[in-house]
Amino acid sequence: MATKKRLKDLTFLEKLYIPVILKGLVLTLKTMFKPKVTMEYPEVKFEPPASYRGRPVLVQEKNGVERCVACGLCSRVCPALAIEVQAAETELEKERYPEKFEINMLRCIFCGFCEEVCPEEAIVMSKDYELVFQDRDSAIFGKDKLLIPVEQLQDRIDFLRKFKK
Amino acid sequence: MPNITIDGKQVEFKSGQTVIQAAMNAGIDIPHFCYHPKLSISGNCRVCLVEIEKMPKLAIACSTLATEGMVVHTNSSKTLDARNAVMEFILINHPLDCPICDEAGECKLQDYAFAHSRGESRFEEIKNRKEKRVQLGPRIKFDAERCISCSRCIRFSDEIAKANQLTFTNRGDKVTITTFPGESFDNPYTLNTVDICPVGALTNNDFRFKSRVWEMSSTNSVCIGCSRGCNIEIWVRNNEILRLTPRQNEEVNSFWMCDNGRLNTFKFVNDESRIDGCYLRKDGQLVKSDWAETLEVTSKSLKEFKSNEIAFVASPFATLEDNFVLERFAKQINSNNIFSAKHILTGDQDDILIREDKTPNSFGLSILGIKNDISKLYDLIDNKNVKALFIMEEDLVGLNSEWEKVLTKLELIIVLATNKNGTTQFADIIFPAATYAEKHGTFVNFQGRVQRIRPAIATEELDRSLDGMNKSRWDKFGTKFDRWMQGKKYDAKPSWKIIALLDSYFNNKLKFKMAEEVFNEISKSNEALKNLDYDVIGDLGVTINSEVFQKV
Repeated sequence: MATKKRLKDLTFLEKLYIPVILKGLVLTLKTMFKPKVTMEYPEVKFEPPASYRGRPVLVQEKNGVERCVACGLCSRVCPALAIEVQAAETELEKERYPEKFEINMLRCIFCGFCEEVCPEEAIVMSKDYELVFQDRDSAIFGKDKLLIPVEQLQDRIDFLRKFKK
Repeated sequence: MPNITIDGKQVEFKSGQTVIQAAMNAGIDIPHFCYHPKLSISGNCRVCLVEIEKMPKLAIACSTLATEGMVVHTNSSKTLDARNAVMEFILINHPLDCPICDEAGECKLQDYAFAHSRGESRFEEIKNRKEKRVQLGPRIKFDAERCISCSRCIRFSDEIAKANQLTFTNRGDKVTITTFPGESFDNPYTLNTVDICPVGALTNNDFRFKSRVWEMSSTNSVCIGCSRGCNIEIWVRNNEILRLTPRQNEEVNSFWMCDNGRLNTFKFVNDESRIDGCYLRKDGQLVKSDWAETLEVTSKSLKEFKSNEIAFVASPFATLEDNFVLERFAKQINSNNIFSAKHILTGDQDDILIREDKTPNSFGLSILGIKNDISKLYDLIDNKNVKALFIMEEDLVGLNSEWEKVLTKLELIIVLATNKNGTTQFADIIFPAATYAEKHGTFVNFQGRVQRIRPAIATEELDRSLDGMNKSRWDKFGTKFDRWMQGKKYDAKPSWKIIALLDSYFNNKLKFKMAEEVFNEISKSNEALKNLDYDVIGDLGVTINSEVFQKV
């Protein structure tokens, strides 16, 4: 069998490689004088847009009470079964509040279904993306870590009101 | 039999039946709120409107008698329009409470709103406000806003509970339910109204907000509150019983059960006082021990006595299987001293469900021939004729504190118990018995109906998957790392199994591995239970032959 001929052999200049290397160096030199696009992460923090889905948090009203009424729909819709809710009765007008609200961040897949299904706008996706833990137990976030004052979440709530039907 | 046509399908009916009943028998569902098969017809919700040919207007299916040749359309456009209109009308003043309402998930209004409603409200005015947390009786909270005035609860308390305690007051959209002045809604059957309420207006104080209905598994079982043996479902989440609800069985309890049975027969299962593992008395103290050691010690100490010095106490709280194996074991070691106690609360009985006999299986004991009364045992111990006592699931001290005097005279007390009680204090050896919610078995009620119980709670030796127990969604997908899967599992075994294990140190003739094997053995040897097995008994039970019943 005849050997297959290459479509195009390298020319002499190409075989030298030097012009190509120079071409690359010129590109590097040009980029050095352009503005930077990278971010020096731990020193400089990334501020995500309102549409960003960070870790889910519970909205805390101005009077310090959570909005959540412990209906359990977030827990039901969660495809990864990350959320556990235990309801209890309160004297407040809303009658019901979550005695226990736990999100297992090892299970959470940041899909945002909980936020979408919530009838009270009580669980929203925050801009928090820094999640570090060293054992399974500290990966389960209780109400102490989940409750965030409503002012800090206004951005996301406005976004939801604009786009969520 | 006469015929009517429903949605083009020929349906036979008995004369006197209404259209909705004929449709139900044929498996056609006509939406309804106020209609209930066991209550009188009130016809006030109007949601069962159907089109009947040659009738000038739509008619309600629940009160229209079916007649020969009638042609009914349950899905015509006219019917659907009417149904949507009625739904819209009912929903005008119904609050958007589903997120905080216990009924959500088993709510008829929710289901029908999903299936038949227009999806949004045209009502722009302000909804009526009414009282949200009315304590109607000691066990029931009433939410007036949610009520759709179907009157099922009123008819139930009039017709079934015969208590005449509830009524409507006010009119139009201000209508609400209340008790008569000075009355409290406190008859022994109040919580059935929570079951039949088509919405979440009536809620059970005990179960309120404990769990959403879709998070629990439900297992068919039998109530142990009295010898009626009402058929129930046990609702479990995270290996904890949260509520009991009645299950329809026309031969026993119809749709109902009493409040005492519903509230007071399951809490001991997850109680602090449960016995978890075996205990041995060492130097006067009860010390936790393992199964092998405890069985070894038990068999050794039992062998020190002559066979007529050992007495056995069977239990009407335990299943047929437990008592049968106990009786066999007594026979194996040639002891005829087998006794049982009666638990009769004189006067606590009515014509509805409640029975004086507060045990689920006293009739089963009679079938097995365990009839010796416990008072004879008292004398035997008092005269020092009996020196060792083997007590299965019975609290003698709780029955009568007189027993404390004679129990101290005994040299050996072996107790099989579910919870710590007065008798376990005196025990030398304690075995942890499984409760009725943790084992397979059969009870025989006062009518002679053999009914099955099934495990709803896992013990250490039971596995939800391997033992075919019912599972909730959490049970299906949980791992041992999930906190909602770490419910307490007790180290307990059914009494028959403990006795069979103990027998392996004696004659080793009771080689049973499953409750079903024990039952098959009983049905082989017992005339009353002939030809029965677990499959024949099924979900609703079997009544034993009336001739045999008379003899027993």
